[in-house]
Amino acid sequence: MNDVHNEKGTNKSLSLFFKSSFIVSAVIILISSILLYFTFTFDIVPPILNRGIQPATFPKALLILIIALTLLTYFISLKNPWKNEKKLPNSFYITLLSFVVFITVSKFLDFFLGIALLSIIVSYFWGERRVAYLIIVSIIFPLIVFVFFETILGLRFPPGIITNLYYG
Amino acid sequence: MENLGLIFAPLFSYKLLIVLFFGTIFGLILGVLPGLGPTTGGALILPFTMTLDPLSAIVLLTAIYCAGTYGGAITAILINTPGTPAAAATCLDGYPLAQKGEAGRALGMATVSSVIGGIASVIVLIFFAPLLANLAYEFGQPEYFALAIFGLTMLASIGEGSPIKNLIAGAFGILISTVGKDFMTSIDRFTFGINELTEGIGFIPVVVGLFAISEMLTQSTLINQIFNRVALKAVKLPSIDDYKKTWKTIIRSSGIGSFIGVLPAEGGTVASLIGYAEAKRWSKKPEDFGKGSIEGIAGAEAANNAATGGAMVPTLALGIPGSATTAVILTGLIIHGVRPGPDLFREQPEFLYGIFGSMLIANILFFVLGFFGAKIFARITLVPNKLLWPMIFAVSVCGTYSLNQSIIDVWLMLLFGVIGFFMRRYGFSVVPVIIGLILGELVEGTLRQSLVIFDGNWLMFLQRPIALTFFVLSLIALSFPLIKRKKKNDKV
Repeated sequence: MNDVHNEKGTNKSLSLFFKSSFIVSAVIILISSILLYFTFTFDIVPPILNRGIQPATFPKALLILIIALTLLTYFISLKNPWKNEKKLPNSFYITLLSFVVFITVSKFLDFFLGIALLSIIVSYFWGERRVAYLIIVSIIFPLIVFVFFETILGLRFPPGIITNLYYG
Repeated sequence: MENLGLIFAPLFSYKLLIVLFFGTIFGLILGVLPGLGPTTGGALILPFTMTLDPLSAIVLLTAIYCAGTYGGAITAILINTPGTPAAAATCLDGYPLAQKGEAGRALGMATVSSVIGGIASVIVLIFFAPLLANLAYEFGQPEYFALAIFGLTMLASIGEGSPIKNLIAGAFGILISTVGKDFMTSIDRFTFGINELTEGIGFIPVVVGLFAISEMLTQSTLINQIFNRVALKAVKLPSIDDYKKTWKTIIRSSGIGSFIGVLPAEGGTVASLIGYAEAKRWSKKPEDFGKGSIEGIAGAEAANNAATGGAMVPTLALGIPGSATTAVILTGLIIHGVRPGPDLFREQPEFLYGIFGSMLIANILFFVLGFFGAKIFARITLVPNKLLWPMIFAVSVCGTYSLNQSIIDVWLMLLFGVIGFFMRRYGFSVVPVIIGLILGELVEGTLRQSLVIFDGNWLMFLQRPIALTFFVLSLIALSFPLIKRKKKNDKV
């Protein structure tokens, strides 16, 4: 009987770690702590040149404030739990993946091609199947934007296999 | 007061009138599209303003602000989805009234009360901003620090979200502003050896990421959502009976909206919620609220549009944004080399009064365009997200890249998009991040300069009466949500 009680207690405490308030708070505190560590690596201004406070003092204070407020939010969430969020659908992960595709393609191949690929992925996986619309969204519209920025604002886009053709 | 005649100057400039016309149309489109709105739209249009002179650029942004705030009501009434967060309270009665077959009447009241609220707030702006600017001559570094702290503590009461989460988001915004070379000592902070970061993180990648890209990710989770649209035949001007029922509500909400707009960091969303609640409190038929009350629509719409002029007061007079959209306008001013503050009122009155006049004209323009074109603007919501958002992505990427021609800005935009999505998912508002980012440099700069003046003695802040007043107001702003919660618990 005791064992059963213990098991239940263990499950209860374990479930605490899977609550969104715990995960979100832990992530914020972890990132803030890493950034706080970096503030200790900032150069220190010699006292004779120092005006007011050291450059690291203000960010340190902010990070400590963020950590303290996050802990407070977490403890409040124990009393007033956050609402349960629905599981994210596949379309979200595909959109997120399309960002990675965009970054990779625009970094190593071509900026314009990156936009075109993202547009076609997003549009297709969000339900568009008509080829003409896919072409409008992924080629014609980005081309209009590209030419508009290039001619009106005099913008020079980063070099790439397609952009180089445009610039000759 | 001798400059009041300058208000009519935009009427005689065909260039400004064209800019106003397109700004109003663009603002209406942005307001109508759920998830976009004047803040995102303003940020997206900012790079294009580089081709304009400073006055035309700011006139364009303010026209988008005024029209975008109204545009949200069209979607709120017809599809029960607020086009902008400020129109959330309009859904409560606008959609039920539209369902009863009175969509035209609901939109007519929304249009009229928006225009009255908008014009009232511009009048507040015209008379109150110069007074505040004069007062700002008394401000030194410690006073500006205290004022910025007051602005940040006001974040605690933004919207209905958790005050602590808002403060965390605000502190995050300030933290972003510390990235790059320290302005006093030129020491690198959080640059991680990336050269592009030594100049700091720009406003545009953050705002486009937090608003446009995070919204794109949010929309990716809603692709199967179906909206129930209510058909609209035509917008109807309110009847005499409707005017009799609502004129007091419109005047009250215009006052509430203008006042809330003036408070740093508070904007149309808070104004509309309070305007709506007050309309219900003073109504002879509070039981009709939520079931299609015409007073509910008037209360919310007059208040959120009244906040536009109010929010411009601290933005122009002090350089402290009154809302997220005015933070974008403030960035536009800075990009165009205009420094907001008391000197602007003395040195460039024609510029300021040009903005005031343009805001008045924008309100009249969106009345005409809203009245005759609401049906057409409502059709814009028929553009499917699967086509709309890839296009917005292309404009976001090119717009963000264009300001500094930096690919790092584009990566940062995407990063902030993902951060913004998760922030919103877990109940953190993204607006405080924007306000924090804008105020960050002011907070740190004035703090450090004040400490130099005070020779490191922090207690000297308390010997400055204006600074002390702002600190007391900050304490009140921080305790307000606690009092509100206690009252709510007591009621329960």
